[in-house]
Amino acid sequence: MRLLSRTYLTLAYVFIFLPVAVLVAFSFQDGRLPVPPFKGVTLDWYAKVLGNDDLVAALLNSLLVAIVSSLIALILGFLAAHALARVRLPGSALMRGVFIAPMTVSYLIIALGLLNLFTQAGIRPSLWTAGIGHVVINLPLCFAITYAAMGDHQRSAERAARDLGASEWRVLTLISAPMLAAPLAAAFFLSVTFSWDEFIIAFLLTRFDVTLPVEIWSMLKSGLSPATNAVGSLVFLVSVSLVILLELTVFRKRS
Amino acid sequence: MTATVSILDVSQRYGLATALDRVSLDIEAGEFVVLLGPSGCGKTTLLNLIGGFTEPTKGQILIGDRDMAGVAPKDRPTTTVFQDYALFPHMSLRDNVAFGLRMRGIDRATRAAKAEAMLALVGLEGRGDRRPHELSGGQRQRVALARALAVEPQVLLLDEPLGALDLKLRRQMQDELKAIQRRVGTTFVHVTHDQEEAMAIADRIVLMNAGRIEDQGPPREVYLHPKTLFTAGFMGEVNRIPVTGGRAPFGPVPVPDGTLCIRPEALSARGTLHIGLCKVEDAAFFGTHIRAHVTPLTAPDLRLVVHLPQSQTVEVGGVLDLGAESHVVLQE
Repeated sequence: MRLLSRTYLTLAYVFIFLPVAVLVAFSFQDGRLPVPPFKGVTLDWYAKVLGNDDLVAALLNSLLVAIVSSLIALILGFLAAHALARVRLPGSALMRGVFIAPMTVSYLIIALGLLNLFTQAGIRPSLWTAGIGHVVINLPLCFAITYAAMGDHQRSAERAARDLGASEWRVLTLISAPMLAAPLAAAFFLSVTFSWDEFIIAFLLTRFDVTLPVEIWSMLKSGLSPATNAVGSLVFLVSVSLVILLELTVFRKRS
Repeated sequence: MTATVSILDVSQRYGLATALDRVSLDIEAGEFVVLLGPSGCGKTTLLNLIGGFTEPTKGQILIGDRDMAGVAPKDRPTTTVFQDYALFPHMSLRDNVAFGLRMRGIDRATRAAKAEAMLALVGLEGRGDRRPHELSGGQRQRVALARALAVEPQVLLLDEPLGALDLKLRRQMQDELKAIQRRVGTTFVHVTHDQEEAMAIADRIVLMNAGRIEDQGPPREVYLHPKTLFTAGFMGEVNRIPVTGGRAPFGPVPVPDGTLCIRPEALSARGTLHIGLCKVEDAAFFGTHIRAHVTPLTAPDLRLVVHLPQSQTVEVGGVLDLGAESHVVLQE
């Protein structure tokens, strides 16, 4: 029985991680094609990728879009969650639902909608428009995470702060936000990883300056190469680092 | 710093429910007033109205002769000690206690010194660097008290501050609370449902029931001379004996008609209001006294609770000659 469950667990992990492992392994391929047989180890493809100005620019663009759009989504989501958790309004439940609803809409639909809107408004595709798209997809996530974390504990601390003379702004910045530091950090890091990996919105809403997933896609058009594997491995490395960082800073503290 | 509080004909309604019904109360500067009553009697509502967390539906609240209508909690000369302490978990004790001073724009060094002094006042000197989660319940309550007192409020509001503590600690904190109040001289308005706590700390007990003030006075007055049957029953155990036409079930009594109320500890062999011979139904040793149920021989349907001195030997089935040392007669 024990053996069976171990085997099952191993198979599950293999199923999840085999594609990534293959991707990473063949990024070191000493040859022209990232397919078996494995011909030996080389770092040439990484050198080539990091020497490619377009790729490095796309990488920096991605980081910029991810961080700025996540910060905006986090602030807006936190403010909305705080207001809806504290004030009973007619239609509170409906408003909550509407905030979370975009989670259920596919990225493609959101991207098409925004593309229509921007075209009609005469706004040209750029990193800004892609960033706005990423705020749209990440705001519900930030809202849901911070809303779920707000409890009576914060409410009474906020009440005490007001009683001691704090203005609403200082209640938010000195009490509410610091008490929610862990969920806020979790929401931020998750938003960054989602934005970092996101393709379809970035593809439809950018033109000259593009993000890394869009750049990788245009590399793939010219066929398979260990270079694309190397870029993919770098993307994966950043995502994993973010998750590990989150684990170390946020979740470790709690236990 | 201290101030008077005047509640003038205040009513509070939540939808159809009436939480407070035309309550008027004058609290003197420096007085320790306890709002006592069962849950749902309106005592916490009244405290919230004084603190500014809700506005009264009708009536007026004055603090130091200043009308508080439309004044937010942060601008009132009051601070509150909450039942759940409501300490800021991400701040040190020093920053917790100094928070109100920080909001008032006082510089860091001054407020740190003041915070240490307040921590010393509540017996936590030198622990300013600790975090709230490192403290026991009683210590957290002390920090909450220090934090509320640090801004030198004119009126301190205490919302069942000892409710979460165990009995022994609660009794100890009562003594300290009383001592601190004497030292700082601030007006204290304290809410509780524990009548022993109320008697231990109050200059004046204000007993509330169903949104009204039922009775008020010094503890001795409210306990020994309650004005209503509700007060008599809420302040402690009481034997209620109906009297009609000058007769109680056990015989004639020289009191007006109504309900004769006698505390268990007022019944003894020396009592002047004579009840007569009573049979002991059961008895239990309670440490400070012996608690017994007795039935007068002349009224087999009447059961009385008696507290007898611990030195007395009480045998079940034995007969005692009892009378009441003090009593009150109240009308329904």
